[in-house]
Amino acid sequence: MLEAVLLGFLFSLFLVFAGSYFRGKLAVLSSIIPISLFVYFLSFIPEVSNGEVIYENHEWIPSFGVNLSFTLDGLALLFVLMITGIGSLVFLYTSAYLKNHNYLDRFYGYLSLFMASMLGLVLSDNLMSLFIFWELTSISSFYLIGFNNDKADSRKSALVALGITGIGGLLLLGGAVLLGDVAGTYRISEMLSMRDAITDSSHYILILLLIFGAAFTKSAQFPFHFWLPGAMKAPTPVSTYLHSATMVKAGVYLLFRMTPVLNGGEIWHTILIAVGGITMLYSAIHIIFRTDLKGILAYSTISALGILVFLIGIGTQAALIAAAVFIVVHALYKASLFLITGIIDHETGTRDVTQLAGLRKVLLPVAIAGFIAALISGGVPPTLGFVGKDLIYESTLHFTSNAVLLTIIAISTNVLLFYAGFVAGVKPFMGQLPKKFENIHLPSPLMWVPPLIMTFAGVVFGIFPGLIESAFAKPIAMTQAIAFEDFHLKLWHGFNTILGLSAITLVLGTVLYLKLSPRHALENSIAKFDFISPKVLFLKLSEGFAVFSKYWTNFFQTGYLRHYISTIVAFLILLLGYLIFSDFSLETDFTALADLTIYEISILLMLLAGVLYTVFTKSRLAAVAALGVVGLSFSLLFLFYSAPDLAMTQFSVDTLTVILFVLVLYKLPRYLNLSEKWLRIKHGILSVSFGILITLLILRVLTEPKNTEITEFYAENAYKLAHGKNVVNVILVDFRGIDTMIEISVLIVAALGVFGLLKLRLKTRDKK
Amino acid sequence: MRTIILKSASSYLLPVLLLFSVFILLRGHYLPGGGFVGGLVAAIAFVLDAFSNGLDKAKKILKFHPGFLMPVGLMIAFLSGISPMLLADLPMMTGIWAENPIPVIGAIGSPLFFDIGVYLVVIGSSLTIIFTISESV
Repeated sequence: MLEAVLLGFLFSLFLVFAGSYFRGKLAVLSSIIPISLFVYFLSFIPEVSNGEVIYENHEWIPSFGVNLSFTLDGLALLFVLMITGIGSLVFLYTSAYLKNHNYLDRFYGYLSLFMASMLGLVLSDNLMSLFIFWELTSISSFYLIGFNNDKADSRKSALVALGITGIGGLLLLGGAVLLGDVAGTYRISEMLSMRDAITDSSHYILILLLIFGAAFTKSAQFPFHFWLPGAMKAPTPVSTYLHSATMVKAGVYLLFRMTPVLNGGEIWHTILIAVGGITMLYSAIHIIFRTDLKGILAYSTISALGILVFLIGIGTQAALIAAAVFIVVHALYKASLFLITGIIDHETGTRDVTQLAGLRKVLLPVAIAGFIAALISGGVPPTLGFVGKDLIYESTLHFTSNAVLLTIIAISTNVLLFYAGFVAGVKPFMGQLPKKFENIHLPSPLMWVPPLIMTFAGVVFGIFPGLIESAFAKPIAMTQAIAFEDFHLKLWHGFNTILGLSAITLVLGTVLYLKLSPRHALENSIAKFDFISPKVLFLKLSEGFAVFSKYWTNFFQTGYLRHYISTIVAFLILLLGYLIFSDFSLETDFTALADLTIYEISILLMLLAGVLYTVFTKSRLAAVAALGVVGLSFSLLFLFYSAPDLAMTQFSVDTLTVILFVLVLYKLPRYLNLSEKWLRIKHGILSVSFGILITLLILRVLTEPKNTEITEFYAENAYKLAHGKNVVNVILVDFRGIDTMIEISVLIVAALGVFGLLKLRLKTRDKK
Repeated sequence: MRTIILKSASSYLLPVLLLFSVFILLRGHYLPGGGFVGGLVAAIAFVLDAFSNGLDKAKKILKFHPGFLMPVGLMIAFLSGISPMLLADLPMMTGIWAENPIPVIGAIGSPLFFDIGVYLVVIGSSLTIIFTISESV
């Protein structure tokens, strides 16, 4: 399976070098990749439908428990077949849709990158690798949404989508780390047996919220849904692939995968049902106010995602099977409708549903596909949509609490989705063909065959639901670790309540479609409420954050060295002062200190004189020289306390520092313009208190019992292990050599920084 | 600052100081000294020369830009760090030593080369900083 996941990555890498060959007629050859993957994964159906689970493990970072372990069970199989199957059709479609586009090879590169990440995501058995592939889907979708990168709004939508899904990625990482901590492993298959330990742990709620946050942002649940309509700026194949069939379902996949691990009763059901219910109804209502075909499809997609989350929230076997079937239903009809919209847009140049009519006369096969897609979407028998809708009603009706309310929500959503499907799939083809569209020609079969294939599949699966039952529905039900009851998917259940509800849905949907037509007036009426929409609120929040960070940065990053130093010192004073005074006892044993010798007293006097002179002198050069005196006194101190290495180094460093200062100051004007008095007082207070604190700290350290273990180790082993007698140097070049290595690298960076800054400045000055 | 005494002294001081810096570098393993101090002393030697004879002359003595010493030194230090991995299949930064010490220089081992690397980096970066600053003011 690793090869299958890597194939897409390798292909996109290959396109970097050989892209120019795939821009023209050969572009269609790229489809070989998803098609062969599709066939490869089809071959697993017999094993998986027998209830087998295929594992594969590749060690990656075993010390952290992060491995590339893949698992192929019913759930994963459903998703990989959807990813590669719809991927194949989208690849084929794109070769005609973006024919002769300058960057077609780039597009294929992004697309296969995305496909590979998506495959990795749904096959991962390790939470960490799942997270990595999750992030890769966000990143590759950023490229795809922003593909028309010469348009400002396209770039902005890509950023918004990346921002929202990126936040979700971080939440997922947090959730994964916590979950791994509680379970002691990152392998999902090992977590299955630990459900009680996980749901009882004190972190359970936090884990749940983090994982929900990840799933809700990725799957565009209210109130994070707004990135999805924005992402419709992408070329239609992207909307088809990412925003109907695959990426947005990653969140649903995560919830599905986590159900057997995290489903801990009340809280799981309540949150998912509430969020899913709000999302499905809220965005279904939004459909009425849209006139752009893609906008309608975007909102109906969000609504469908809401249904999926809602069903997972209900969590009974019937509901989970309903969700699994609905994933297939939705992928088939929504991908078809998107492709059809793409054809309409490509041929007529508009997606405004109020202007489109009568296209069946010129685009007959497309019209057929659109009509069937609308039937599937509306749940009209004998399509798979009907089977899916029945299952939804069955699970809401039999839920233990609020069954009536949930069923009403489900019915209203389905009525609106029926309307959406017909507006997008049927309306553009009905009525009188406007004059301006008369000379439209049917595009290449590469474009209209894919939607036909998908819609026919929707009908075939509807008539023979057994095909889906053994391959996906049953294996998925088994992965969910609930008491498995045998069931059969059927098109016809006989006359019962559910059939009645279906009939009501169909009737209401038809009435809605006939009575209500998309109008710009409706679209404008909702625009008034934009200011309270989550999108605007989120954008305001992010703008506010940008303003805040600007002030924050300007406050701290003034560009004056003195400000930085005073800030650092002040912060240290607060921190140290708090520590010292919150638990202070000056217990220094002064008698234990050695007596002051005459050398030390004279050095101290030299030090004091040097410091005072530096602070109060009026001449720059004198201040520098006095600073040198301070440094040299220190090296003398080191020397007296038997640290000749330190003394030598301090001596040389001080010499160089003084030279450096002299070099710079020598050229400056002679007079010294001192800072204002109050500023000097402020700095004086800062430095004096810092000095006092450090003194207190050192006195405190003296009272602590000494830990001589390390010192003894070095002293003992310097010659034995490192053949050196100078312990300091042995530590520097041998025991802690890597530290030194990094230090000299820092030194180089500093030197390069000085060089770069000054030379660059010289050049710009020279220009003037 | 170009006094005759300093000028004539510096022409003798430069080689002596450089030799001294190498001495400090080599004695570091047994006695106070080492690559860092040695590098600083060598840098001071060149700066002293620049003081008395002018920056251009000091640069001429060096023949190349002191900045080049930085990557060279870093490379030597790094190679000596990974040499145990390549030569003796030991972990990185394990000291490996030649069996017999060489007269004058003393024991030869990978830490010595590491120290030489430090020495070169210190000369390179301090001279780069000082030369750049003195050129631009």
